[in-house]
Amino acid sequence: MSGGHDYPHESTGVETRKLGMWVFLSTEILFFGTLITTFMIFKGRDFPGIKLTDVYDIPFTSVSSFVLLMSSLTMVLAHNALENDDQEKTRVWLLATAMLGAVFLAGQIYEFTEFYHKGFELSTNIFSSTFYVLTGFHGLHVFIGVVFLIGLWAIGQRQKGLSLDSGFNLEFIALYWHFVDIVWIVLFTVVYLI
Amino acid sequence: MTKIIEPDKQTNIFRRPSSEYGFWSWITTVDHKKIGIMYGYAAFFFLLIGGLEALVLRIQLAQPDNNFLSAAEYNAMFTMHGTTMVFLAIMPISAAFFNYLLPLQIGARDVAFPRLNALSFWIWVFGGLFLYSTFVFGTAGAPEGGYLAEEVGWLGNAPNGGWFGYQPNAGFKYSPGTAMDYWAIGLQILGISSLVSAFNFIVTILNMRTQGMRLMRMPVFTWMTFAVAFLLAFSLPIIAIALFYVTFDRQFGTTFFLTEGGGDPVLWQHLFWLFGHPEVYILILPAFGIVSEILPTFSRKPLFGYPAIVFAGFGIAFIGFGVWAHHMFASAISPVAQAGFGISTMIIAVPTGVKIFNWLGTIWGGKLNLKTPMLFALGFIGMFVIGGLSGVTHSIVPADTQQTDTYYIVAHFHYVLFGGAMFGIFGGLYYWFPKVWGKMYNETLGQIHFWTMMIGFNLTFGPMHWLGLQGQVRRTWVYAEETNLGFWNLIVSIGAFIIALSILIFMANWIYSKRKGETAPFDPWDARTIEWTIPSPTPVWNFSKAPEVKALDDFWHAKYDEDEEGRAVRRDTADDLLIELEEEGLNPKEEIVLPNPSYFPFILASGLPFLGYAVIYKTIALALIGVTLLLIGSFGWATEPLEEEFKTKEEEE
Repeated sequence: MSGGHDYPHESTGVETRKLGMWVFLSTEILFFGTLITTFMIFKGRDFPGIKLTDVYDIPFTSVSSFVLLMSSLTMVLAHNALENDDQEKTRVWLLATAMLGAVFLAGQIYEFTEFYHKGFELSTNIFSSTFYVLTGFHGLHVFIGVVFLIGLWAIGQRQKGLSLDSGFNLEFIALYWHFVDIVWIVLFTVVYLI
Repeated sequence: MTKIIEPDKQTNIFRRPSSEYGFWSWITTVDHKKIGIMYGYAAFFFLLIGGLEALVLRIQLAQPDNNFLSAAEYNAMFTMHGTTMVFLAIMPISAAFFNYLLPLQIGARDVAFPRLNALSFWIWVFGGLFLYSTFVFGTAGAPEGGYLAEEVGWLGNAPNGGWFGYQPNAGFKYSPGTAMDYWAIGLQILGISSLVSAFNFIVTILNMRTQGMRLMRMPVFTWMTFAVAFLLAFSLPIIAIALFYVTFDRQFGTTFFLTEGGGDPVLWQHLFWLFGHPEVYILILPAFGIVSEILPTFSRKPLFGYPAIVFAGFGIAFIGFGVWAHHMFASAISPVAQAGFGISTMIIAVPTGVKIFNWLGTIWGGKLNLKTPMLFALGFIGMFVIGGLSGVTHSIVPADTQQTDTYYIVAHFHYVLFGGAMFGIFGGLYYWFPKVWGKMYNETLGQIHFWTMMIGFNLTFGPMHWLGLQGQVRRTWVYAEETNLGFWNLIVSIGAFIIALSILIFMANWIYSKRKGETAPFDPWDARTIEWTIPSPTPVWNFSKAPEVKALDDFWHAKYDEDEEGRAVRRDTADDLLIELEEEGLNPKEEIVLPNPSYFPFILASGLPFLGYAVIYKTIALALIGVTLLLIGSFGWATEPLEEEFKTKEEEE
């Protein structure tokens, strides 16, 4: 916040926008919690038609999961670089994170298309519906994250570069990105492995 | 001489809005007070519409075998009445109080995220308009074996599946047409608005407290806002996902809640009430907070058991997530679950009872000053206790099974939501009227309003108890003359019109007092909390300098001392203190930096209804318009600094 007055800020000592991000993420847990619960409820039930186990390709999804997890690493590297005030490296790692996220998304689009061709469609049965809504909702989060990351990268291209206390902050986009990655670990386990 | 600070307007692609008066100043404002006032007026407008819908329902039921409305119209009217009152009237009126008072009560200049605050308001407005556009664009259709299309009429082209949208009745098969899509997507948009404001309030309370404002020194209204914000943040995601499923079922052929494809209609009930029960506390806790402010002020005693009231509020909020299935005792849930939810329902009455006894303890032995706000607060306690007691009877499963879907239930929740929430809200409207407008309301009209509303309210909802026990079914469109329900139904309908009359008196008082009322001093009630230390009406900058808080009820302690017997004695210096505060508040010495107005919250919010229409009518062009508005809004937002570089100019008064 700008100076010029002695108004006290941040009674908790946590930066206001970061605190907002934490509150936001806590509600995201409820969003995904509801989706996962629905998925688990319907998973054990009988349903007609084709099942996920008939169409999925675990090695392929494992690779794209690995790609997404690696993007968390590059995100940390970007944050680290910015802490050392190395603008160029920050931009490189940001772009790398965005690209890894985009690769994951491309994998998901490919996977969905494959499933569709094999007859596993949105309204095939209750299982396919829960599958698409759950993983699609996560995919939407990754997409928004990629847009954020590219936006950050674009701002970093401007003269002043990025800073950890400026408006559109790398730190809380990193929080969001890690959260989306962690959710995927849960989803991959619940949807594909169990 | 006052220092006026002007933003440098040329730093962004768009010219920064700078109107301080008139239409554009309201569209672009990020000031929590203006947003609060807009919330209040818009919500009151919807309250009137919801009230008209109720009157239409009561005209239909005033006589046996009446045909004022068709069945289709009746369904639409009760659905819209419930949806409007919950999402477009009581919630936003509470939001008006949160917005206006929260920063004042914790001694802040504004909320944590001023533009986000404007965004939640505008999303709410567009959500409400979207929902009501169903009367223009929506169709209710005619389900197979149901009523005929020509019976639907103009009034019937609204959502008609109940505010709870039970499945499969609200599914495409039994509710064809687009009306229920308007409902599902409209609520989705309204939910986003409440979620955004919940983040904002949580962060504001945690991070924006002034010096010395420790958590346990916060006014109870602030505490209840805090509890409500948590309830919103953790219950709305559940309904959001459930509404996604409804929209998918209706639009894309999935079967989440339809047994035909392996789905489960009871899952909807679980998800809905897992949101819906916390929602009940979202509606009532703000009124608890308001009443906890009014009672000590007008009893001239500190609030009895402040920590107990605070913790009871959070106890209610927490247990509120564990009682949802008591709405579903008539559904397919196991006896063990029924017993468990019956017990948890009894348990939640304990913290509520704690609050009631603390309020009674506050009044006990106090010097009661029976002004209108106090009357409403006392009315609130009485009516809420009646509603609470009939509520506890629902925890007994066999009795509840008998009462489910009868007018007994209608009586119960109107006693807690009208006799509780609305009485509390009216009390608050009178209590803070001088602070907001700088004028006093008319006391005589206020008292007349209270008594007509009290009489009308009890005539309307009291007889519903025995109508329900006699077996009048909820949502019934007609009843036969032989049932002998006619007499009390007529009384109920007369009561409804008396309530309408009391609302007219309230409006007359409001309009008259705002223009011609006496000028209000800045502390008309000899109040206790720090929002009364600033001039009335509140200056744009709220506090001329950050107040320092040394105790609970800080303002009271500044004015009063205790003698040996613990009685309050006014300090000799109290009047000097008041004069000093008033002067300081009107002429701040330091430079004050306020967040600048912005177009982008409005633009961003205006994109959402287009996306809603795009889903209903599957039109790419509408989706593109929506996405474009969202992109312009968020891009402009992200590149626009909250506060511009400032240059100060001095101006002679």
